[in-house]
Amino acid sequence: MRKKQKTKQHNPFYDSTLKARHTSAKRFKKFTLTSLIFSIAFLIFFLFDIVGKGIPAFSVAYIKIDVAYNEKSVEDSRLAVEKKYRKIVSRAWLREIPNQVRQNPQLMNTIQSIWVLADDQVDQYLKGHHHKLKDKNRVIVDELYAQNLIQRKFNTVFFTNGDSKIPEYAGFFSAMVGSVLTLIITMLVAFPIGVMTAIYLEEFADDNKLTRFIEININNLAAIPSILFGLLGLAIFINLFGMPRSSPLVGGLTLALMTLPIIIVSSRAALRAVPDSIRQAGYGLGLNKIQVTKDHVLPLAFPGVLTGSIIGLAQAMGETAPLIIIGMIAFIPDAPTMVTEAATVMPAQLFTWAGMPEGMYIEKTAAGIMVLLSILISLNIVAIYLRKKLEVKL
Amino acid sequence: MSTFKSRNKQRELQEKLIKLALISAAIISILTTFGILFSIVFEAIEFFKLRSFWYFITGTIWSPGVEGSQFGALAIFTGTFVITIIALSVAVPIGLGSAIYMSEYASSSLRDYLKPVLEILAGIPTVVYGFFAAITVAPLVVQIAGFLGLEATFNSALASGVVMGIMIIPVISSLSDDVIRAVPASQRRAASALGMTQAEVIKNIVLPSAMPGIISASLLGLSKALGETMIVVMAAGLRPNLSINPLEDMTTVTVTIVNSLVGDFEFNSPETLSAFALGLMLFIVTLILNMISLSLIRAFKEKYKVNTL
Repeated sequence: MRKKQKTKQHNPFYDSTLKARHTSAKRFKKFTLTSLIFSIAFLIFFLFDIVGKGIPAFSVAYIKIDVAYNEKSVEDSRLAVEKKYRKIVSRAWLREIPNQVRQNPQLMNTIQSIWVLADDQVDQYLKGHHHKLKDKNRVIVDELYAQNLIQRKFNTVFFTNGDSKIPEYAGFFSAMVGSVLTLIITMLVAFPIGVMTAIYLEEFADDNKLTRFIEININNLAAIPSILFGLLGLAIFINLFGMPRSSPLVGGLTLALMTLPIIIVSSRAALRAVPDSIRQAGYGLGLNKIQVTKDHVLPLAFPGVLTGSIIGLAQAMGETAPLIIIGMIAFIPDAPTMVTEAATVMPAQLFTWAGMPEGMYIEKTAAGIMVLLSILISLNIVAIYLRKKLEVKL
Repeated sequence: MSTFKSRNKQRELQEKLIKLALISAAIISILTTFGILFSIVFEAIEFFKLRSFWYFITGTIWSPGVEGSQFGALAIFTGTFVITIIALSVAVPIGLGSAIYMSEYASSSLRDYLKPVLEILAGIPTVVYGFFAAITVAPLVVQIAGFLGLEATFNSALASGVVMGIMIIPVISSLSDDVIRAVPASQRRAASALGMTQAEVIKNIVLPSAMPGIISASLLGLSKALGETMIVVMAAGLRPNLSINPLEDMTTVTVTIVNSLVGDFEFNSPETLSAFALGLMLFIVTLILNMISLSLIRAFKEKYKVNTL
């Protein structure tokens, strides 16, 4: 003990505050680590929450019962099943009966024992969620379940149907088609304009006032709230040019203007990364500026341009606010076939479902989120893969 | 010789045409900004012809769609302000803390993994955050508040503010991380040589140097929070509420814009046009924030001669 004190006293570097300073340094490091861990923990909690809520939506209850195809049931589809089952069978499915008969005329005047989509309350009851099934019907369901006549099967409806006011019949298909149409317009407009602007600014423009103005403009455009692009779309495309409301055309154009800065900025970075020696070699061979840019600089910058565009596309795919403003939250049961028809897109469909009171819509929203997120993640992986694969060592 | 000349002329013409096409593409981006500005300004002027500008700025009653509808946006501005403050008080410390850990403590290989993970947060669509805020976080806030003996609504400003804050974390952490790493290593070494602990180097030397960039990142986060729509549309309330209690429901500028436009009003009614007046406010505020943010980062770039930001 005495010896230690002696060394302390004789140590010219001994600082009595050192211990406290080291503790404080450790505390600081812990704080930074905690904040990082918090973000990652949130991400994990979020993913588990969404997957936990969404997984049940991928299976849905079906009932095996006798369905009578005859004149009466074609006229009033509820008559196709026995009265006691009417409440537990999907009304929407029964409405398809006239359609089925039209497609398969030999079904007429037969009784088929087939798997029929169950009512959403039956499905929620089987999943152990909150349900409004009456006691009488619950007994029937329990009986059928014991006989294995009610089963949960893979939910194909979700991937083949459009939206529906009847929860068990609502699907994601028309929203997916709407998203594809919208994004095609977005890319057709944003990609050429974005890349051309980047080429102009990086390869051709002199450093003058106009160029600097364009640059500041692009930076600002990137940070303008997306909802304001919706106001632009409403005022210019719909009210001024009279384009059809709720259509992928207007949605695509609005998203294109939003995506433009992302494509321009990433394409410029890619062009800037091409070394000057390539250009100088081209000039040395007597090529002009356009030839050098087109045949030598652009191919080398292409992976970066592509990656930026895919990331821009992914962002446009998740955007909702501007599309709500231009009316793309319409109720769309059938998938659009033209870019001028009313359509909805995936995030807008999620928004609509999230506002519905029935429990089944919550499930479907979460399932839709899983679909949307997996597409977005795949797009990002494709972007990274392409960049890695196409990247030329410069 | 003459064919060579004519080919050369053709080439020049071609070059001019292509250059013209490229310039016109660049002009489109300018047109977009002016398009946004003018489309919003003109409709906003229409609105202010119908309703008083001063009442819009200072009035407290927002009652569209009823007889003698009134448009006093003060309660809406208050709600936006409260939710934004909540979002920033989540995002700034966590984002900055994460940035410091990634740039100063983590090994470069760990950092290569961490940064993309944080950026996933930025890639999640806002409608998804909105759903999460409304379905999972809001009930949680009510439960926790109840446990503490407080009363919270299911549309509390707290729930949407916190989720919005989490959404903004990558905006702040990514830019701060870049800026902190751009601070020259010689400064750190000099400070270490004077006997500072690593935390002291960061707090006394690195952070003050990186401050313009950090402020710039926070301002970007602020403008993102002000303009964020889906989270608040889905999780915050619809009722303009002149209160600063985060457990109550309140509404924001963006929510009111959406509500004014999804109704069945005529396009030229003050109800619809009020959306453009609010949009104009949003545009002006975010534009100012972006300008300050950009000039701060430019000053930092010039001071430390970095090109990668």
